[in-house]
Amino acid sequence: MKFLKSCPVILLAVLGLLLPGAVSSALAAEKTVVIGFTASRTGKLNVEGMRQINGLNLWVEQVNKAGGVKLPDGTQVKFVAKDYDDESKKERVQELYTKLISTDKADFLISPYSSGLADAAAVIAQQYNKIMITTGAASDSTYKKGYTLVYQAYTPASRYLTGALDLLGKLDPSAKKMAIVHEKDKFSTDVVNALKAYGETKGYQIALFEGYDSGTTDFAPFINKIPPGVDAIMGGGHFADTTTFAKQLYEKKVKTKMIALLVAPPEPKFAELGEACISVIGSSQWEPLAKYSPETAKAANLEYFGPTVADFVSSYKGKFNEDPSYHSAGGYVAGLILQKAILKSGSTDTAKVKAAMDAMDLMTFYGRIKFAADPKNHGLQVGHEMVYIQWFKDKQGKPKKEVVWPETGKTASAFVCPVR
Amino acid sequence: MFSQLASSLTDGLLLGFVYGVAAMGLTLIWGVMSVINLAHGPVIALGMFATYLMFTLLGVNPYLALVPVAFFGLLMGFVIYGVAVHRVINAPHLSSLLATFAVNMIIIGLGTAIFSTSPQNIDFPLGSLEIGFLTIPVTRLLATAGAVLFTAALYLFLYFTRTGKAVRAVANNRRAAELMGIPSSLVLALSFGLGTMLAAVAGGLIATFFPFTILSGGPYELKSFVICVLGGLGNPLGALLGGLILGGLEGLIPTFMPVSWVPVVEFGLFVLVLLVKPSGLLGAK
Repeated sequence: MKFLKSCPVILLAVLGLLLPGAVSSALAAEKTVVIGFTASRTGKLNVEGMRQINGLNLWVEQVNKAGGVKLPDGTQVKFVAKDYDDESKKERVQELYTKLISTDKADFLISPYSSGLADAAAVIAQQYNKIMITTGAASDSTYKKGYTLVYQAYTPASRYLTGALDLLGKLDPSAKKMAIVHEKDKFSTDVVNALKAYGETKGYQIALFEGYDSGTTDFAPFINKIPPGVDAIMGGGHFADTTTFAKQLYEKKVKTKMIALLVAPPEPKFAELGEACISVIGSSQWEPLAKYSPETAKAANLEYFGPTVADFVSSYKGKFNEDPSYHSAGGYVAGLILQKAILKSGSTDTAKVKAAMDAMDLMTFYGRIKFAADPKNHGLQVGHEMVYIQWFKDKQGKPKKEVVWPETGKTASAFVCPVR
Repeated sequence: MFSQLASSLTDGLLLGFVYGVAAMGLTLIWGVMSVINLAHGPVIALGMFATYLMFTLLGVNPYLALVPVAFFGLLMGFVIYGVAVHRVINAPHLSSLLATFAVNMIIIGLGTAIFSTSPQNIDFPLGSLEIGFLTIPVTRLLATAGAVLFTAALYLFLYFTRTGKAVRAVANNRRAAELMGIPSSLVLALSFGLGTMLAAVAGGLIATFFPFTILSGGPYELKSFVICVLGGLGNPLGALLGGLILGGLEGLIPTFMPVSWVPVVEFGLFVLVLLVKPSGLLGAK
């Protein structure tokens, strides 16, 4: 009887001895890593910003569903995304990234969309010793400031539009005159400065080189300044202003052989311009038609990591009911890069993950990923290449985009801008 | 060079008519009750959104939507006047300035919460008209026609109706008008309403060819100040003239120098007029 009476006490004692062990082993088995970022859910960058977030959130969902990343000590690393709306404003970014690190205890950071916002966030990442993967941020200058923890997923701005000039040379070897009208922000200025220098080395005459303020809605003063007989009009900035610029170029019936603009043309939403989008060329970081695969990786003697292009496209379409743009792919690949670096380093420690990032050279559905490791350009993307798309009309007369450059990856041949 | 000059000037003048309508609203309110309405910009933006919502949700032609938008603007004016302006109408200018600034912040805050600051666009393409070397988007031509129509209607109202004459009487001498039996409070509310109505209509017209956000009214409010000073604060006809001058300058300046110089010249002119002819080109009536 006495034994029976003391039974619950013994049971409790045994449980008391066993439970902490069980709990601690459960804790050792799973670790949650916080990925912090700001998202341009509102404001002028919301179209690109939202797609980038969608891509990143899809990666978080998929990696967690697959059990996370398993470390050599058996720990399963799971990811949780924490974000705030930066309203597309630079002044909000630094405050929010500090909050993400101090209050939300973010372990790794992903940049906001756009070079200007990412540049503001990069300072905070470096200051607080956090690795930041920038995506949607192509400006070269951020990676020339001596940062050691900031890594770029995009092809740099200096290589953004130069391929369009090569394409123009192929389309019409007699073309020699171009006009550049661009947004006066960090990214667009970097792009057009590189384009201008490249054009001049190729013997092009830059008939107009002028910048407009962010948020410009009336492009008539710029369009009226474009001299007659220019072979190409290039420039633009971000989605909202570039779309308006393309629309007003069409309304003003500007005659030229090529219109190549930044950011907006590869976006599926650009097709809403209807006739005004036809023939417009855009440089894209990635397209669903891209030919990156385990086979191309093998041919290039590189490791392939992550989903195939088809898997990414179908899962994105399944979740968001729209085609992914390069902004979506950029969001996803930022997570994928981090996943690979944690996997390779076998740790979530900043120094170890940084070493893995510095040594990274692999192929993904998004293309090749490799970062400059020299101190002068640390973190600059050196592996990834741009593709160029052009808007065609399909059989029903609806806008349809095709990859027209580089020659090896094209799905259709580019055509000269028709008389409007 | 000549074709560029002519194209730029045409574009500028067409836009100038719309600027003029926006500025007329501001100058009317100042002329009648000596209130500088700092809620003018947000009301312009509300006019843009009202047109946009009628077009996208109800499928109303954006040009026909301007009529209900005008009534909406009038109503907004009554509300703003009743809530924020009426009690401070006789107080020093700073009080009405702060009161309308508060309304400005409230509208922007509410607008940001409801519409966010993402750009919106009325997708109603009408093509372009080619006259010689000039290519003019039809949307801008219609906006100009709308601006002329509203200006003419305001002129007829102010000069040929009993109520309009009452507005002018209150603007001239409120005390004398009250002694003649004119209910000045009602007239003041109506004038404020007419001012915001013009702002909302200008917003609706702009929305037919430019994308916009809830913050888009700000630059037009600033331009309205320059136009009012240029044309003569308190004179609606001067506002229209000022709008045309400003639009013309915006078209011409980029022909000779970078576009970024436009605000420098505009505000330089603003200061110059204040120094040399503070009453503006047509003077206040």
